Formats: sequence, structure tokens, C-alpha cells
Amino acid sequence: MILGQLLGAAAEGGEQPSILFPAIYDIIWGGLSFTIVMLLFWRFVLPRFSAVVAERSEKIAGGIQRAEQLQDEAAAALAQYRAQLHDARAEAARIRSQAEADREAILDQARREAAEVAAAIATQAQAALALERTKVIAELRGEVGAIALDLAGRIVGEAMSDDARARAVIDRFIDGLAEVSSVADAGAVAQDRA
Amino acid sequence: MIATLSWLLPAATSEDGGFTPPTVGEFFPGALFFANTPFAITRINLIMMLMAGLLCLFMVVAFRKPALVPRGIQNLGEMMVDFVYKSIVEEILGANGKRFAGFLVGLFFFIFFFNIAGILPLIHISPSSVIAVPMVMAVAVWVVFNYVGIRKHGLGHYIAMNVFPPGVPKPIYLFITPIEFISTFLLRPITLTIRLLANMMSGHLLLVLFFSATWFFLLESDGLLKIFAVPSFLMGFAFTLFEILVSLLQAYIFALLAAVYIQGSLSEEH
Repeated sequence: MILGQLLGAAAEGGEQPSILFPAIYDIIWGGLSFTIVMLLFWRFVLPRFSAVVAERSEKIAGGIQRAEQLQDEAAAALAQYRAQLHDARAEAARIRSQAEADREAILDQARREAAEVAAAIATQAQAALALERTKVIAELRGEVGAIALDLAGRIVGEAMSDDARARAVIDRFIDGLAEVSSVADAGAVAQDRA
Repeated sequence: MIATLSWLLPAATSEDGGFTPPTVGEFFPGALFFANTPFAITRINLIMMLMAGLLCLFMVVAFRKPALVPRGIQNLGEMMVDFVYKSIVEEILGANGKRFAGFLVGLFFFIFFFNIAGILPLIHISPSSVIAVPMVMAVAVWVVFNYVGIRKHGLGHYIAMNVFPPGVPKPIYLFITPIEFISTFLLRPITLTIRLLANMMSGHLLLVLFFSATWFFLLESDGLLKIFAVPSFLMGFAFTLFEILVSLLQAYIFALLAAVYIQGSLSEEH
């Protein structure tokens, strides 16, 4: 019975058409749909699909190329930077050692100058001191002479004013004093030097 | 079990007022418009227009403004087209395939959209299950692969290379030549047609059978028999899933064979 239907029901009275013989309207509408869809794919879908896929792969390939280029540039920049850094370090080291040397020189210079100034000041002070002492000694000699004379006069009971004998006594006495004081001076100067 | 088998035979049980199994009448709905003219429109013809329209709409939306970074529908459309393009056109035809890409990819999508209508709710019948549709497509494939072959090799050489396979002892051609001729020029379109048609028809009949049986058991049978509605429904559900696979597979096979035939016409030796 199925076979009968498959091969065409026309033999059974034509109530049902065969499934193996196409109806004209099915061919028309099916063919029309098919043609439209085919035209759409042929003219619209596939061209656009290929275009966008090609564009995309081009973009990706181009992007990769650009990335490689950028990477090369970055590597070059890094190498350059490293070289510069190396130079800068060497320069810094050179400047540092130079500065060290300069510092030593400057310090030496300053020390030397300070020593000279100190020596000059000391010399000057000693000269002034010596001058002062000479003056003081001269003054003292006069005053001490007068005081001693006065004292001696009072003790002896007679005025030993300006006669030659009295002066000779006084001079001898002061010379004795001077010898004692110059020994004391030499000791004081030695103490200053130290 | 015997009763189940008897449903496979149309009209076997309808007389006793019980279950009415599907018949091939399913594929001959009455005309809705323009009855008795060549332009009659049946329900199936409406489905053809609907599915073709949906396919066109989908593709137009997907490829209207192709962006470099595809998203949404464009992404989906591209993925599908790309799959068909790679697995059929490039796989079989390689670099030659670009010329035929529109035809082959279009063929795939047309068949798939027509096939899948068989399980869509409210539609539930595939336009591929009326013979006109597979036949039109098979004829189109036949025309294309023969045209391509004749264009490339010339009519005489094209036919000769198809019916005189090289490397065969001369007397054997007596048998081989008619066989090759029939298989290449007659059987190819017929097998393309029948393979798709039979798959879609049987799928539809199985679905109708299981779901109408479910309906019958649930509403019209007595007592314990109602329980059979459950396996019947599950079978119907399983076959619905199976039909999705069949829809894809048949579209793939049809387009793949079309590509193989075109490749055969293009190649130097056969």
C-alpha cells in the first residue's frame, strides 16, 4: 500500500498525487525561493563575507608587522639608552674622582694658607710682645731704679740723689736683674711655641 | 506491539474509529490561493516563502554593514558562512572554490532553512519533503556541474572523460561506459533528490506518528493505556532532536556532493 502511494496513486483513482511527481506550483514557488536565495548568496552574502574576511586578515597581518616594527624600535631605543647610561656612569665616576682630587687640593691649599697666616700672626704677636717688653723693661728700669733708690735712701737715711756713685750702684743692680729676666723670657717664649 | 506496527500501514486501523496514522496526504495540503492554477499556493508553499524570507532577512541583517570586529548577528552569520565555506568549498574545491562559493554556501543554507522548518513550532513540515524542492536543487546542481565541465573541457572531451575512465582494458568499456554514463548524468540528480526527500519525509512522518499517538493515548484511550502517552511523547521528543541533526546533515551532504561533482568536472583526469 505504501509502495502504491510512492509510485503514484493515480492508479487508485487519482485522489492523491504521487510523491514522486512534483506539482507544478511546488516547482514554481520552490524554484522562485531557491532562485532568490541563490542570487542573494551569489551577489550579496559571499562577496561581503570574502571582503570582510580579507580585510580582517590584512588588518591582522598589518598589525603584526607594525608590532614587530615597534618592537625593533623599542629594542634599539633600549640599546641606545643602555649605552648612554653606561657613558653617564663613566662620566659620573670621572667627575667624582676629579672632585675628590680637587677637594684634596683645595683642603691642602687652605691648610697651607691657614698655617701661613697663623705663623704670620704669631710672628707679629711675638714682635709686638717683644717691643712691649722692651718698653716695659725700659720703663720699669727707670721706675724700679727710682723706687730702689728711694727705698735705699730711706733705709740708709741719706738721700742718694743724682750723684755718680749712686747711679753706678743702681745700674749694676738693674743689670743683675736684667740677666735674671732674660732667662725667664727665654723660658716663656719656648712655652708659647709649644 | 502488533497494534503499533499496524499504524505504520496507512488506513489500516482508521475504519474502527480508533487511531488514524499519518499518510502521505500530509505532503499534499490543499491550495489556499489560486487553486487549480499553476500558481496555486498551499500551506507548504507559504512555508517556502516564509523560510526563504527568513533566510534572506537573516543574511541581509548579518552582512548589511560588515564590521571588522563582528558582533551579534554578523558574528553568527559569519561563523555559519565560514563553517560552510571552510568545510565544503575550501575542503573540496580548494583555490578553485571561490567561483562556486555563493552557489554552494547558498545551497547549504537554503536546504538547512527548509529542512529545519520540519521541527519549528506551528510550521512542523519541511518544504524539502515535497519532491519539487529537492528536484529543483538537484537539477540546478546537475546544470552547474555539467556546464562547468563542458566549459572547461569541451562537450566531447567532457563526456569522454566521464564515460571512459582511463586504465581499463578496452573490452571492459562495453560494460563500464553505459554504467558510468547512467551514474554520472542520470543517477546523480536522482540520488540527490531522493536522499533529501526521503530523509525529510520519513522524519516528518515519524514526528506526526509519535505525537499523534501521544495525543491518542492521552485523550482517547482507556485507563492504563494512557500511560503509553509517556514513551510515545519521549520518542517524539527524541526524534525532534534527531531531526535537527538530520536537517544539518542533509544540507551538508547535499552541498558537499554538489562540490564533489563540480570538482569532478574541473579535474583533468577522472
